[in-house]
Amino acid sequence: MLGFLKHPVVVTADINLNVVALTAMGLLSRLWQLSYPRAVVFDEVYYGQYISFYMKRIFFLDGSGPPFGHMLLALGGYLGGFDGNFLWNRIGAEYSSNVPVWSLRLLPALTGALSVPMAYQILSELGFSHCAAMGAALLMLIENALITQSRLMLLESVLIFFNLLAVLSYLKFSNSQKQRPFSPSWWFWLTLTGVACSCAVGVKYVGVFTYLLVLAVAGVHAWHLIGDRSLSNVSVLCHLLARAAALLVVPAAMYLLFFYVHLSLVYRSGPHDQIMSSAFQASLEGGLARITQGQPLEVAYGSQVTLKNVFGKPAPCWLHSHQSTYPMIYENGRGSSHQQQVTCYPFKDVNNWWIVKDPGRHQLVVSNPPRPVRHGDVVQLVHGMTTRFLNTHDVAAPLSPHSQEVSCYIDYNISMPPQNLWRLDIVNRDSDAGVWKTILSEVRLVHVNTSAVLKLSGAHLPDWGFRQLEVVGEKLSRGYHESTVWNVEEHRYGKSQEQKEREVELHSPTQMDVHRNLSFLARFLELQWRMLTAKSDGSEHKYSSSPLDWVTLDTSIAYWLHPRTSAQIHLLGNVVIWASASLATVVYALLFFWYLLRRRRKICDLPEDSWLRWVLAGALCAGGWAVNYVPFFLMEKTLFLYHYLPALTFQILLLPVVLQHISDHLCRTQLLRSLFSALLVAWYSCACHVFNTLRPLTYGDKSLSPSELKALRWKDSWDILIRKY
Amino acid sequence: MLCATSRLLAARTATALPAQPRGRGPGARCRRRELHFPGHPELDLDDFLTGRLARPSVPVGRRAILRRGRMPPAVGGGPAGSELRPRRGRCGPQTARVVGPDETAKPAARNPKRAGWGSRHFEAAGRWALLALVTLLSFATRFHRLEEPPHVCWDETHFGKMGSYYINRTFFFDVHPPLGKMLIGLAGYLSGYDGTFLFQKPGDKYEHHNYMGMRGFCAFLGSLLVPFAYLIVLELSKSLPAALLTAALLTFDTGCLTLSQYILLDPILMFFIMAAMLSMVKYNSCANRPFSAPWWFWLSLTGINLAGALGVKFVGLFIILQVGWNTISDLWHLFGDLSLSVVTVGKHLTARILCLIVLPLTLYTATYAVHFMVLNKSGPGDGFFSSAFQARLSGNNLHNASIPEHLAYGSVITVKNLRMAIGYLHSHRHLYPEGIGARQQQVTTYLHKDYNNLWIIKKHNTNADPLDPSLPVEFVRHGDIIRLEHKETSRNLHSHYHEAPLTRKHYQVTGYGINGTGDSNDFWRIEVINRKFGNRIKVLRSRIRLIHLVTGCVLGSSGKVLPKWGWEQLEVTCTPYLKETLNSIWNVEDHINPKLPNISLDVLQPSFPEVLLESHMVMIRGNNGLKPKDNEFTSKPWHWPINYQGLRFSGINDTDFRVYLLGNPVVWWLNLLSIALYLLLGSIIAVAVQRGAHLPVEVEGLSQVLLRGGGQLLLGWILHYFPFFLMGRILYFHHYFPAMLFSSMLTGILWDTLLRLWAWSLASSSLARGLYVVGNLSLLLGTAYSFYLFHPLAYGMVGPLAQDPRSPMAGLRWLESWDF
Repeated sequence: MLGFLKHPVVVTADINLNVVALTAMGLLSRLWQLSYPRAVVFDEVYYGQYISFYMKRIFFLDGSGPPFGHMLLALGGYLGGFDGNFLWNRIGAEYSSNVPVWSLRLLPALTGALSVPMAYQILSELGFSHCAAMGAALLMLIENALITQSRLMLLESVLIFFNLLAVLSYLKFSNSQKQRPFSPSWWFWLTLTGVACSCAVGVKYVGVFTYLLVLAVAGVHAWHLIGDRSLSNVSVLCHLLARAAALLVVPAAMYLLFFYVHLSLVYRSGPHDQIMSSAFQASLEGGLARITQGQPLEVAYGSQVTLKNVFGKPAPCWLHSHQSTYPMIYENGRGSSHQQQVTCYPFKDVNNWWIVKDPGRHQLVVSNPPRPVRHGDVVQLVHGMTTRFLNTHDVAAPLSPHSQEVSCYIDYNISMPPQNLWRLDIVNRDSDAGVWKTILSEVRLVHVNTSAVLKLSGAHLPDWGFRQLEVVGEKLSRGYHESTVWNVEEHRYGKSQEQKEREVELHSPTQMDVHRNLSFLARFLELQWRMLTAKSDGSEHKYSSSPLDWVTLDTSIAYWLHPRTSAQIHLLGNVVIWASASLATVVYALLFFWYLLRRRRKICDLPEDSWLRWVLAGALCAGGWAVNYVPFFLMEKTLFLYHYLPALTFQILLLPVVLQHISDHLCRTQLLRSLFSALLVAWYSCACHVFNTLRPLTYGDKSLSPSELKALRWKDSWDILIRKY
Repeated sequence: MLCATSRLLAARTATALPAQPRGRGPGARCRRRELHFPGHPELDLDDFLTGRLARPSVPVGRRAILRRGRMPPAVGGGPAGSELRPRRGRCGPQTARVVGPDETAKPAARNPKRAGWGSRHFEAAGRWALLALVTLLSFATRFHRLEEPPHVCWDETHFGKMGSYYINRTFFFDVHPPLGKMLIGLAGYLSGYDGTFLFQKPGDKYEHHNYMGMRGFCAFLGSLLVPFAYLIVLELSKSLPAALLTAALLTFDTGCLTLSQYILLDPILMFFIMAAMLSMVKYNSCANRPFSAPWWFWLSLTGINLAGALGVKFVGLFIILQVGWNTISDLWHLFGDLSLSVVTVGKHLTARILCLIVLPLTLYTATYAVHFMVLNKSGPGDGFFSSAFQARLSGNNLHNASIPEHLAYGSVITVKNLRMAIGYLHSHRHLYPEGIGARQQQVTTYLHKDYNNLWIIKKHNTNADPLDPSLPVEFVRHGDIIRLEHKETSRNLHSHYHEAPLTRKHYQVTGYGINGTGDSNDFWRIEVINRKFGNRIKVLRSRIRLIHLVTGCVLGSSGKVLPKWGWEQLEVTCTPYLKETLNSIWNVEDHINPKLPNISLDVLQPSFPEVLLESHMVMIRGNNGLKPKDNEFTSKPWHWPINYQGLRFSGINDTDFRVYLLGNPVVWWLNLLSIALYLLLGSIIAVAVQRGAHLPVEVEGLSQVLLRGGGQLLLGWILHYFPFFLMGRILYFHHYFPAMLFSSMLTGILWDTLLRLWAWSLASSSLARGLYVVGNLSLLLGTAYSFYLFHPLAYGMVGPLAQDPRSPMAGLRWLESWDF
C-alpha cells in the first residue's frame, strides 16, 4: 500500500530549448514597444468601437464576423480596466489616458508571438527535420506583415493562431493515434482540434475554410480506419463517434456558446437596434423595451397600432399616412387616384398610428372584454390622425406601375368606390385560429377585392411624397417575401370615442404590463441571419486590392502616420519570403504531380513513408494556402492585403518542406547538398536584410527622410506616404 | 440517327472482331454469351409486359447474379458482345452477308439451346418496339395541343424575337451564345415564318404568323430527351425496367412537358446536354475497343454535343465539366494500366484532346462565324460593340462611313471607350446622390446609342458659336485645350479633387456649369496616342486621351457598375495614374459638322478573333448586370428541387388561358426522396466494401451499377444544380431542369436496384418476382396517374383558379406557394 514510498519521487522535464528560444524571440518581436503608437491605427477604429460597446454592455451588430474575436479583444480591455469611454472616430486620433493600450493590444501580440514556436512544432509533427522546423519558425519570426498585424488591436493574428493550433493539435492527435488511441493525450489533442477550429470560425468566418480542411483530412484518415481490418467493428465505431463528437459536436456547441456569452454581455439597446426585429429589440434593456413594456399582447378590434415592415430595406420603417394626396398627374404623365398618400416612414411619428376596425361595427374603441383579431379575419385599418381607411384599387402605383396604388380613401370621385377590406394572414401562427399578437406575430394584409398584398416596394418617393418609402399592393402574390410582412410594434387599446380625444390619446405614450423575452435560440438565429445578410456597401476603399495583387505583393496599406514626423506604419510583407513562398508552392505542385504520375506507372522515386509525409505536408500546407486564398476570388466584399495573411502563413510552412525535400532527395551528391545549404544561408540572410530594411515601416518607430522613403518604394503601387514640406 | 449509327457499329464491329488487339477467343465469347442469355433484361420485361411466363422460371436473384456477374469493370461499359447481339437479331440475314468473318464464329457463339435463337429475334424486336413506344409516347405528349395558346408566352417574347432577327439579318445583342437562337431562326425560316411578327410582349396574338415551325422544332428536341434518358439509363444499368421508369418520369413530368412546348432555349440546351451524356456513356461502353469506328464516332459526337450545349447557354459548361471529369478519370485508369505503353496512353490523350477540346472549340467558334455572317444589318445591338465592329453592319452610320474626317470645333460627337464593352461617354439630367462627391450631374458610360451620348467640342476660351457661318472652320489639333459640352443638358465635362463614387483613388467626373459656362475645371487637353503635337485629329482612327488641365488626371472608365442611383451604367473617373490602359483611351465615333464635307472612310475592320473576344466580354458584362433588386421576389435555388414555386407562362385571371410551369409534384418529390435514399444506400455499400465485407455476388453486381452508373448521374445532378448557389445573377425556376433530368435518371436506377435487392432478399422466388413486377408497375402507373391529375398545368386551363371548387385543379394546390 505504501509501495510508492519505496521509490524516489522523480520529475523528468523535457524542455526543448529551441522552442523556448523561439518563443522568447517571438515575444520580443511582437511585444516590443507595444503601446507605441499611442493613437488609433487603421482598423482599430472599428474594433475599438466594439470594445467600447462591450465595456458599456450595449448591443451592436457586426456583419464581418462572429463575436468571439471581438470578445477576446474586449477581454483585454476588461483586464486593463477600460471603461469604454473613448470616441473611436478617426485613424490617428491620440488615445486618452483611460485607454489601456498595452493590455488591449496584448492578446493579438501574444497570439502572434506564439505562432512562431507553433510553426516549429507543426513541422516537427509532420516528421520533418529539426532544421526545417527551425527554418519555418525563423521565417515566421521575420515576416514584417505578420508582425505589423499582430501588434495592433486586429484579429488576423488571433485567427492565424487558432488556424495553426487546429492543425498542430490534429497532427499531435493523429501521431498519437498510431501508438495509444483513447489515451488522455489522444483525447486532449482531439478535443483541442475541435475547440481550436471553432475558435478560428468564431474569430472570423474565413476560419471555416481551415476547419473544412482539417475535417477533410480527418475524413480521409477515418476512411482508412474503416478499411483497417485489424480493428473490430466496435472499435471502429468508437473511433468514428469520438471524432464526430470532437470535430462536429464540440465546435457547434462552442459556436453557440460564443453567441450565448455575447448576447448575455450586450443586453442594452444601442445604435444598431433598428436592424433587428421588434421582438428582438423588445428583449434588450432600454430602447423599444422601455416603450413597449406592458403593452397588451393580443390585438383586438379597436386597438391602436403601429405597423413595422419586417424586411426593412432600404430602411426600417412604419406604415404611415398624412394629409397630402398623390399628385393628380405624375411627371411621366400617368394619372393617380389623387387620394391621400400612404407611405412607409423611417421615423417614429404620430401619423404612424392605425386603428384596427371591425367592418361590421362603427366603434373605434375596444369593447369589454376585448375581442381579439384572429388569422383569416377581415379588418379595416383606419388612420388614427385623419380617420381615413387604408385602401387599394386598380390604379398603378406611383413608382412601381405594375403594382397597385395604396391610399387612404377619400370619396372625391363616386366612380371609384372604397375597397378597404383586408384579410389578415398571420404568417408565423401556431394554429389556424392564431391570435394577432403584438411584436410576435408577422402578418400579411391581403386585400379582399383584388387579393393584392400590402408591400414595401423599396423605392423612395419624389419630393411630393417627402422622400418617404413607397407602399404598394403587389398583385401577384408570388410567394413569401419579407417586404410583404408587417408586425405590430406599439400597441394600446383605444378608449376615446371622439376624434379630438383620440388625437390626444395617440400622442400619449403607451402603457405596458406584459414583459416578454425571446428564447436564446430564437435570438441567436435572428442575429446570425442578420449578420450573414448584412450588406456591406460595395464601395471601394482607398487601400482595397484584388486577390491577384496579393501573391506578388503589388499592394500595401498605410496604417498610420505620425502627426508631425514621417514615422509611419505600413502593412508590407517581406518580399523575399513572399516570393520564395510562392515559388515553393509552384515547385511543390510540379514535383507532386510528377511523382504522382510516376507512381501511377509503378516507378517510386520516394520511399513509401517519405511519400506519405510529403503528401500530408502538402495537403495541410499547400491545401491550407489554397483554401484560405482561392475563396476570395468569389467574394464580393471589399478585400484588403491583410486577408491574405492566413494563407501566407501556410505558404511559409510549406517553404522549408520543399527546401528539405530538395536537399534530401534531389541533391544527389554531398557536394550539391553543401552548396544548397550555403545557398540557403545566403537566402535567409537576404530575407533578414529585407526585414531590417522594412523594419521602420513595420514598427513605425523611426522617422525616415523623404529620400529614404523613396528608396523604400520598391514598387510603384506601394503607397508609402511622403510628407511634402 | 440512332439507326444509322447502329448499322455502322454492326459493320465495323464485325470486321474488327478478328483483328482485335487482345482479341478474346471465340470460346471466351461463347461462354460470355451463354452466361448472358438466360438473364437478359428484356426477357423479364417481355415477361412482365405480356404476362407470358412460359420460360422456365429462374429466380430473380439468380438472374441478377448472372447479369451482374457479366458486368465489365469499366463504368457502365457493355462488352462488345452486348453491342453485337441485338443488331444481329435485328437484321440477321442482311448483315450475315456483310459479316463474313463473324459467320465462322457463329456456331461457336450460338447458344447451346437452339430454341433460344428464334426468341432472340423476338427479344430484339421487343427492345426496339419499346424504344419506339417510349419515343412515340414522348412525341405524342409534347406535340399534343402544341399550337395553344396562340399567343406569345413568357420568354418567347425574347427568343422568338431573336429568331426573327436572324431571319431579318439585323444585328442584336443577347447574354447567351448564339447557337440556340440561330436554330430557332432556322426552324422559323424553314417552316415559312417571315420574321415580321414583333414579339413585343407576352400575350400578343400570333394571328396569321406561322409560329408552329419554331414551337415544333423546340418540341421535337424536347421530345427526344425522353428516349435519350431511356438509352442512358439502359446503358448504365442494363435494366429495361429502370430505363422505362426513367422514361415514364420524364414523359409524365408536367414541367419538362411545358418547357418543351414553347420557343425557348431550354429544350435545345437540354437536348445537347442529354445527347452529350448519351454519347459519353456509349463511348464508355466502347472502352474495350479503343480506336475502333464506334469509339471514334461516339467520342467525336460527345465533342459535337458539348459544343452545342455551350453554344446555346453558358451553363452548358457544367456538362463539359462532367465529361471532363469522366475523361480524366478514364485517362488516369489507362495510365495506371501497365500493360499499355506510354505511347498508347499518349495516343489516347491526343484523341481526347482532338475530339473533346479542339473539335468543340472549332464548332463553337464556327457558330459565331455564322452568327456574324448572318447578322450583317444594323440593329438594336450595335451600341454594345466597338466602332470598328459596327462598320461591318450595313445600315449603321459607320458602314461605308460618310462623315467628316477631321475633328473641328463645333462638331457634335460621340466618344467611345476603347476597352471592350464599356460604351459611350454619357451624361443625363440626374445628380450624384448626397454623400457621393459633389452633388453635380452624373457622367457615366452607356452601351446603348442615345441622344445623351452627344457632346459638342468647344474652345476653352471663347463662347462664340463655332458653327456661325461667318467664322472659318477651325480643326482640333493634338495638344489643344478644349471643353466638351453635353448637348442635351448644356453642361461641361468637369472634374475636381473629389473621390470618384466607386474607385476611391480616382477623381470624380461630373457635368457642371449652366448653358456651357463653367469654370477652369472644365478644361481638358486632347492628346492623340503616338502622334506629334499639332496634328489634326481623325474621327474613328485616332486613339485619344483627355487630360484634365487642373489636376493632371486622365479621363477613363473604371468599368464598374454604378448602383441604382446611376441606373447601373458604368463609372467614369479621372485617374491620377498616367499608366496607359485601354480604359482611358477613347475614340470619336459619330461626327456631325454641317460645315465640313462628308467623305467616305473605311474603318479598320476588326479580325474575327477580336470580334469573338469582344462579343464574349459584352456577354459576360451583360450577364453580370442581371442582378435582382432588393425588394423583388426572386426564385432561390433551394426552392427548386422541392418544387416550391412555379413560373407563370401565360395568363393570370379566371378568364385567361393559363399555363403554369411546375414540375409534377409526384415525380419531383420522388426524385428528392431518391437522392436521399441513394446517398444512404451508397454510403452503406461503400462502407461495407471498405470494411471488407463479402457481399453476395448478386448484391455486388447491383452495387456496382448503383455506385458507378448512379454515381455518374449524381455527379451530373450536383454539377447542374449547386453552382447556382454561387451565382449572383437573377435566377429562375427553369434553370433547374437540366439537373432534374439527371435526378430522374438516378431515380430510375435507384428504384430498380432497390426492388431487385428487396426481391433478392425474399425467400420465395415467385413472391420475389411478384414483388418486382408489382413494384415497377405501381411506380409506372403512379406517375401516369399523377400526370393525369396535373396535366392541365401544361396543356393550359381556363376557368376559376384552384381555390375555387369548380376549378379543374381544385384540391391539387398542395402547396400554398403554387399560384395556379
